[in-house]
Amino acid sequence: MTVSRFRTIIYIVAAIVSLAGLADATYLSVQALTGETLGCGGSPDCATVLGSSYARVGGIPVAVFGVLAYFSAFTFAIFAAFGYVRARTFLILVISAMFLVTLWFLYVQAFLLHAYCRYCLFSAATTFLLAGLVIALPPRRDSSVS
Amino acid sequence: MKRYLPFIIVVVVALATVGSGAILYRAKRPHVLPSPEDKTLSAKSSPESPHIRGNPDAPVTLEEYGDFQCPPCGMFAAFAGQLEKEYDSRLRVIFRNFPLTMHEHARDAALAAEAAGMQGRFWEMHDTLYREQDNWSKAPNARELFESYAQTIGLDLNKFKSDMDSERAKARVDADRQRGESLGIQTTPTLFINNQPLDPKDKNPEGIRAVINAALEKKSQT
Repeated sequence: MTVSRFRTIIYIVAAIVSLAGLADATYLSVQALTGETLGCGGSPDCATVLGSSYARVGGIPVAVFGVLAYFSAFTFAIFAAFGYVRARTFLILVISAMFLVTLWFLYVQAFLLHAYCRYCLFSAATTFLLAGLVIALPPRRDSSVS
Repeated sequence: MKRYLPFIIVVVVALATVGSGAILYRAKRPHVLPSPEDKTLSAKSSPESPHIRGNPDAPVTLEEYGDFQCPPCGMFAAFAGQLEKEYDSRLRVIFRNFPLTMHEHARDAALAAEAAGMQGRFWEMHDTLYREQDNWSKAPNARELFESYAQTIGLDLNKFKSDMDSERAKARVDADRQRGESLGIQTTPTLFINNQPLDPKDKNPEGIRAVINAALEKKSQT
């Protein structure tokens, strides 16, 4: 397998993983916007996390920002797979930001709320997977569409 | 064609995300009707009047349909206590039972609260049930714990036991639940402020305070 083909496969896998994160974040956004986080559909821990003040920024559910982040990651991964060099840079930047935010939310769940939301943990897992895929990318030397 | 393919893929995913989100939102968005005026609210001493805490003539009424085993209801109960202190005589709180079938002990807890109410201690049992929610929710025989709470708050235990099993207590719980179902309630806590359902976006401390303040302002103008 050539390096270029390996890179393309990684971008496609990153796009698929981003789709999983996008679905999770969309579901959580709808839950938050319909007031379901205050309902009893989930476990007590989910209600604790999703009903906390950390679940909103400026009144906007953080899951909505998650939708934007995963959609951005998906977009950049797709464009990178089609050889757009700048998309690779943006993909790394977006995933780095998502990784840092994910660390913060894991800290909040573990040390401030002492409760874990399974949807948030799924999102953390997808972000870590995306970060792992970006780290696994071989350095780019050939020229492509910019 | 290959040049446009990434754009097409991204647009398709964007449309699919927005579309599925919108469908999910429409399916989940509660369609709760305004709570009708309750004639029994003025009959303060009536045995079948709703459970009211605070000034009975307060300009703002916060009505809750709650489930004693629901964790968010437990969190809301603590917040409601803060609201009662903040707004004092300007706010009255009404509690109606809406035990969800998914919660094993919720109906028994509602019956325990009603049985306590028959001895004039509904709110003491209400507060105890929410405070001790973590303990009795996981207990195999929650009823024994309810009986111990009844003793702690000074109820006649024999009367409490028979009242819990009485048709009157069951009828009260069922009446609250039927009233809630007729309004389209599906989740708990569902809140009404001056008979108007609270918008989901306001289901947070700041939102609830803002709606109460707006209701107070509206009352002061009329």
